[in-house]
Amino acid sequence: MSLFSLVLVNLGRNKLRTALTVLSVVVALFLFCSLRGVLDTLAASIRVGSEARLVTRNAISLIFPLPPAYRERLAAQPGVKTVSWGNWFGGRDPVDPGDFYAQFAVDAATYFPVYASDIDLILAARPQGPGVVPAGVDPKLAAFFEDRTGCVVGEKLFRRKKWRLGQTVTVSGTIFPGPWPFVIRAVYRAKDPAFGEEALLFHWKYLEEKGMGGSGAVGWYVLELSDPGQAGGVSRAVDALYENSAAATRTETERAFQAGFVSMYGNVPFLVGLIGFAVVFAILLVAANTMMMATRERTGEYAVLKTLGFDDRTVFLLVLAEGAVLTLGAGLAGSLLAKLVLEGSGFNAGGFLPPMTVSWTTVAAGIGIAVFMGAVSGVFPAVRASRLNIVEALRRVD
Amino acid sequence: MAIPISYNLRNLRQRPASTLATALGVALVVAVLIGALALASGFQAALLETGSPDNAMVMRVGADGEISSAVTREAAAILRALPDVATGADGRPLISQDMVVLTNLDRRGQTGSSNVTVRGIDPAALALRPSVRIVEGRMFTPGTDEVIVGHRLPRRFARTEIGERLRFNQREFSVVGHFEAGGSAFESEVWGDNAVLMPVLDRDVFQSVTFRLRDPARLPQIEKQLEGDPRLGVEVKSERAFYASQSQLLSTVIRVAGILVTLVMAVGAVFGAMNTMFAAVGARTREIGVLLTLGFSPRAIMLSFVLESVLLALVGGGLGCLLALPINGITTSTTNWSSFSEVAFAFRVTPAALVAGMVFAAAMGLVGGLLPARRAAKQPLAASLRAA
Repeated sequence: MSLFSLVLVNLGRNKLRTALTVLSVVVALFLFCSLRGVLDTLAASIRVGSEARLVTRNAISLIFPLPPAYRERLAAQPGVKTVSWGNWFGGRDPVDPGDFYAQFAVDAATYFPVYASDIDLILAARPQGPGVVPAGVDPKLAAFFEDRTGCVVGEKLFRRKKWRLGQTVTVSGTIFPGPWPFVIRAVYRAKDPAFGEEALLFHWKYLEEKGMGGSGAVGWYVLELSDPGQAGGVSRAVDALYENSAAATRTETERAFQAGFVSMYGNVPFLVGLIGFAVVFAILLVAANTMMMATRERTGEYAVLKTLGFDDRTVFLLVLAEGAVLTLGAGLAGSLLAKLVLEGSGFNAGGFLPPMTVSWTTVAAGIGIAVFMGAVSGVFPAVRASRLNIVEALRRVD
Repeated sequence: MAIPISYNLRNLRQRPASTLATALGVALVVAVLIGALALASGFQAALLETGSPDNAMVMRVGADGEISSAVTREAAAILRALPDVATGADGRPLISQDMVVLTNLDRRGQTGSSNVTVRGIDPAALALRPSVRIVEGRMFTPGTDEVIVGHRLPRRFARTEIGERLRFNQREFSVVGHFEAGGSAFESEVWGDNAVLMPVLDRDVFQSVTFRLRDPARLPQIEKQLEGDPRLGVEVKSERAFYASQSQLLSTVIRVAGILVTLVMAVGAVFGAMNTMFAAVGARTREIGVLLTLGFSPRAIMLSFVLESVLLALVGGGLGCLLALPINGITTSTTNWSSFSEVAFAFRVTPAALVAGMVFAAAMGLVGGLLPARRAAKQPLAASLRAA
């Protein structure tokens, strides 16, 4: 009989206890991976920002607009290929104000070409007229370009709200008050889920005419670079250009811009990580306790093993392996469960986070921690078993 | 007859390592629960402190925060003339028309930036907010490019120490004082003179108008009167109610997330408690036989084991409370989703949170002890006495 099957047989001795311990480790690893998943998700939302695009916004903060006149000078900057722009609309669903989703007014003719490599249009209404679109724009957007009040929505939002193509959805504005009806003309799917599929995009022109009285204030500019290597130089040049103008700018790569949003969570990611470790430590105690109980009850048996000629080292490894095998299985189950459940449920904190991801690194870390937990919880009992004095142990009656 | 509790206490002491390991497991769960509740209460308290129930706050219809609101100068003038506005000791009306904007400040000592609220106030109306007190430096001089900053900011954001300068558009503003405001969200704001800030920041409307009510009981009538006035287009709320609504989203999210995490964690710890109790029952088979022989009913034995499990968990609960107590008062910060600006606040371990932790611990002990206790009570007398 190999030593490994002895480990398995020992685990099967007290099935109830083994089951309870396995379950507690599964729960712990599930929780640990879920919490790390929140951090993974935040990290993924930074990664989705491109290094080949710059975002120029007002130096004070995003709520201050930039003049429309900047666009020509920005486009003329060496190294800048295309300039697009957008505004945050900040509307609410009048039927269910608690159900938040983002709306952006974008300059459609430039925005969609710039982001063409990030999104796929999966549904599009048929155009009424000749179906012409500006150069570089996906012809699927023809119906959207025909309709001043048209909008393009993310697939997740579209499905969650059970919308239909051609349906009119009304948003009540908070910054631009009043009811704003939009007609859904196309649905997009993000190539990287962290890009987000919870937004409603509509014509910036419509916002300008209806909401700003033609003043043309721009929330932020997106600059597509011809060479991503020049990002630093171009952003310094742009900011220097407007340093002493009425609206000074702050230009950074899209990735740094995204990182700024994550930075707004302040200490929350740290707290989440801390809780993750509290969970692991709590269950470590449970597992260690189980291993101690198991070996205490089997003191006599270890003495018999030693009498049969097993050396201290083998007995030590035997006990250690028992703990590790127990937690390895449980760790695998808990970590994979977290990945399946969280990614399957598409939980996204009401649109404030991109859909949850649990990276494979996290799953691997979870399994690693589980094995480590098993080994640590086994060390103390294993040392005790290996140092066991045969005569002493066999004399005990209980 | 019931088995005396001292029996259970002695039993718990019999196997200290096992008792301690299980209790510590429970303690960590309780500590995480209390921590999450303290985070939510701290955040909520900071925002509730900000609003006074004696003040009315006026914003544009449909605005869900100060940032998206706008109150014109004409509307503000109408509000100023209301007979319901209380007057201060100097005979001036206690009304402040505030400009509120966000500014993106760099963090101190680390990369990244976050939004901070800049509030242009009416220097004459400081009496409206009596909790505001300068703790370092001095008040800004009205009409100059001086600002004061909440005392929670300097540690977190660059250029907010006294003597340093903050730049808004083309003007540099010197920081001349740090202020305290009873732990409220005001302590995470930058305050300056409206008359100077508004032209610099290119604002010609106010974001909110706040005034002291001569008679707070008349708020419903005032609400009706102002909201029905077509010249104004405003919504009126008690200042306390407004800040309470601003705290609701995030504190609910923290509470729900905290409770969810602890519930899942508790499942793991309950399995651990069950293990310990099953082992306790197994090791005491003969003792249970003796108890039965002495005439204790199986029901009394079951009760005794459940009690032991609850006691064990309560020891853990107590330890958890002790573990969680030191976080009381630690400052942390996050962006309030309702205002998009960063708010610093202190964890607040409330007595209610401690009680919740203990109740939760007891519940864990109860659930974890029931099955083992049932097994103990169901043991046939002869078999248990024969057990070696």
